[in-house]
Amino acid sequence: MPELTYREAVRDALSRAMREDDDVFIMGEDIAEMGGSMGVTQGMLDEFGAERVRNTPISEMAIVGTGIGAAMQGMRPVVEIMYQDFLTLSMEQLVNQAAKHRTMSGGQLKVPLTIRTQGGAGWSPGAQHAQQFESWFVHVPGLKVVFPSTPEDVRGLLWSAIYDDNPVVFFEHRLLYPLKGEVPDELEPIPFGKARIMREGADVTVIAIGRMVPEALQAAEEAEALGISVEVLDPRTLLPLDEEAIIASVQKTNRCVTAHEAVTRGGFGAELTAVVQHGAFDHLDAPIERVGAKFGPLAFAPAMEQWAVPHAADVLEAVKRTVARA
Amino acid sequence: MAKVEKKARSEGALSDERLRELFREMLLIRRFEEKVEERFRAGELPGFLHVAIGQEAVASGVMAGLEPDDTIMSTHRAHGHTLAKGTHPNAIMAELYGKTEGCSGGFGGSMHLYDVANGMLGANAVVGAGLPQVTGTALAYQFRKEDKVAVAFFGDGATNTGVFHEALNLAQLWKVPALFVLEMNGWAESTPMSQHLPITDLSQRAVAFGMHSIDVDGQDVEAVFTATKEAREYAASGKGPVFLNVRTYRLVGHYIGDPQVYRDKDELNELRETKDPIELLRARLELSDDEFEQLDTEVTAIVEESVAFAKAGTDPAPEDALKWVYA
Ligand SMILES: Cc1ncc(C[n+]2csc(CCOP(=O)(O)OP(=O)(O)O)c2C)c(N)n1
Ligand SMILES: [Mg+2]
Repeated sequence: MPELTYREAVRDALSRAMREDDDVFIMGEDIAEMGGSMGVTQGMLDEFGAERVRNTPISEMAIVGTGIGAAMQGMRPVVEIMYQDFLTLSMEQLVNQAAKHRTMSGGQLKVPLTIRTQGGAGWSPGAQHAQQFESWFVHVPGLKVVFPSTPEDVRGLLWSAIYDDNPVVFFEHRLLYPLKGEVPDELEPIPFGKARIMREGADVTVIAIGRMVPEALQAAEEAEALGISVEVLDPRTLLPLDEEAIIASVQKTNRCVTAHEAVTRGGFGAELTAVVQHGAFDHLDAPIERVGAKFGPLAFAPAMEQWAVPHAADVLEAVKRTVARA
Repeated sequence: MAKVEKKARSEGALSDERLRELFREMLLIRRFEEKVEERFRAGELPGFLHVAIGQEAVASGVMAGLEPDDTIMSTHRAHGHTLAKGTHPNAIMAELYGKTEGCSGGFGGSMHLYDVANGMLGANAVVGAGLPQVTGTALAYQFRKEDKVAVAFFGDGATNTGVFHEALNLAQLWKVPALFVLEMNGWAESTPMSQHLPITDLSQRAVAFGMHSIDVDGQDVEAVFTATKEAREYAASGKGPVFLNVRTYRLVGHYIGDPQVYRDKDELNELRETKDPIELLRARLELSDDEFEQLDTEVTAIVEESVAFAKAGTDPAPEDALKWVYA
C-alpha cells in the first residue's frame, strides 16, 4: 500500500474527482499558483487550469454562496475557506441557505457542495487562526459534518463528501497535514456515519476527533503501561454520527472519555456524552469525562497556548479519573 | 469606467397586442396580491406576507425580456416575480395556504416560493442572500456554455449588505451571465433612503465594480422589457453581468397590516394617483371601460379559482416536516 501524507491524501481525492468529472471544480483564496495557504492544492492549477482551480477574492460569503449556486445547478464545487475562523463570515450562506434550500423548496433543490477548511492550535497564531468549532455545525439540520484524522480517512471521506448530494462541512486539522499513513492503491470511498475503532481496549472508551485521535492513541499507549486497556474510537463524521458503534463500545468498556481540541463547554463532547448516557446508562461505572480546550480565546505565547489546549496527558488523566471510580 | 445608460421610455418596442398581454398579467398580479391581503386579514393565511403593489411592471417587464430557460431568484416580496415567471396562480396560492399542492409543497410559504422547473430558484427571506447564489448559478451556465442567464431581484435596502458587494464584485470579475435587478422603491421597511443610503444613484455601486448599468423607469413595462432584453443579450454574449437600476414605487405597506406610521399619507396618495403602473399602462393602451372590465373579470376569476384550489388542497402530515432535510 502506498503511503501518503494527510495533505497529499486530500489533494489526491480532489484530483481524482476532477480527472473523472467535469462537474467538480475548486475555488478559494490563494488556492491556484500558491496551492492554498496549507499547500493542499499545490500543482492542481497546472493539471486542471485556471477555470477549474479558481482563485477568489477575499469574500467568504460569496465563495460559499457562489458554490451553492453552482451546486444547485448540479455541479459539485469544493470550496476552500482558508481558516476555519473565517467560516464565521460565511455562516449565513451555510446555515440559512445551503442547509435549507432542500427543505424550503419541498425537495426541488439539492446542494451538493463541499466546504473544506482547516484549523487548529499548536503554532501560536493567536486567537483568530486556530479555533475549532465543528460543534456549531452539528447543530444545523441539513448540513453534514466530517472531521477525519488519518490520510486514508481524509481521502475516502472527501470523496464521499464531493459525491454527497448535501452540503458537507469538511474539517481538516493543520497539525495533521504532514502526518503519513498507508492508503489503499485505489481510492475507496468511506461512507458517512461509520466510526472507526482505532485501537481496541477493555476498560475505557476514548471518543476522539481530529488531532485528539493521535493524542488519544498516545495516551492509550501510556495507559497500557499502567495496566489500563483503552479503546480509541474516531467517529470520523460528526453528522451523521455512528451512535450504534459508540454505544456498543461503552457498553463493553463501561467508561467513557470524550476528547476534542475545541473548548469543552458546548463542544461536540457534550453531544457525545448525551448519546452515551442515554444509550449506555446502565453500563456506566463512572461519570463521563470530557477533554477539551480551556474556555478562552486562544492566547498567543506558546506556553499559554499549549496550556490551554488538550494533549495526550490530559486524556490520560481523564482516563485515570474514570478507572479510579471502581 | 463602466457605463451607465439612461433609459427613457421606449415606445414601440412591443406590439399593442403584447402590451395588452403584459397589462393582463400585471392586473393578474395586482388582483392576486389584493386577494392575498384580503385572505390574510380574514385570518386564513399563516405567517408573514409582503406584497409588491406598485412594482408589477418590474416583474412583468423583466420576465418578458428573458428567455424561457433563464432563471431567477427573488426576495421576501416574490409573488409577482413568481407569477410572471410562469408559476400557476393555484400553486402559489396553495403554498400561501400551506398545502402540499403549493409550489414549495407547503415547506416554504410566501417568502420561500420555489418552482425550479419553471426557472424560479427560490425567494429568499434573508435580505441580499440570494445574490451570490445567482452569481454561482450563472457561473455554472458559463462553465457548461449554456445560453442562459441568471437573474437576481433585490431592493435598495439589500445594496447595503456586505453580500451584495461580494456577489457583484465576483460576478463582474468572472464575467458571468447574470442580471442584477435593483427594485429601487426608496424604502427598506420603515427606513427611507435618506436614512440608509449616503448616495441616491445606486448605479454607482455597480459601476464601481466595472459593471454595466442601465437606468430604468420601473413603472413603464415596455421600458423594463427593453432594458432587460438588451441586458440579457449583453450578459449572454459573454461581456459580463448587467445591473438594472429600476426606479419603482411601493404603493402599500412593507408587510400586510403595516400601518405605515412612518410615511406621509398625502404623498402616498399622490403616488398612488400618479405612479400606478397599471393605470399608466391602461391610459397608454387607451383601454375602454368595457375592455378593462373584461380583462378584470378574467383575471379575477383566475384568482378566485386559485383560492378555491388552495382551500381544497391537502394539508401536509405533520411528521412530513422532516421529509426533505437531506437528499
Ligand atoms: C439580513 C436581513 N436583515 C433584516 C431583515 C428584515 N427585513 C426584511 S425586508 C427588509 C427591508 C428590505 O428592503 P429592500 O431591500 O429595499 O426591499 P423592499 O422591502 O423594499 O422590497 C428588512 C430590513 C431581513 N429579512 N434580512
Ligand atoms: Mg426597498
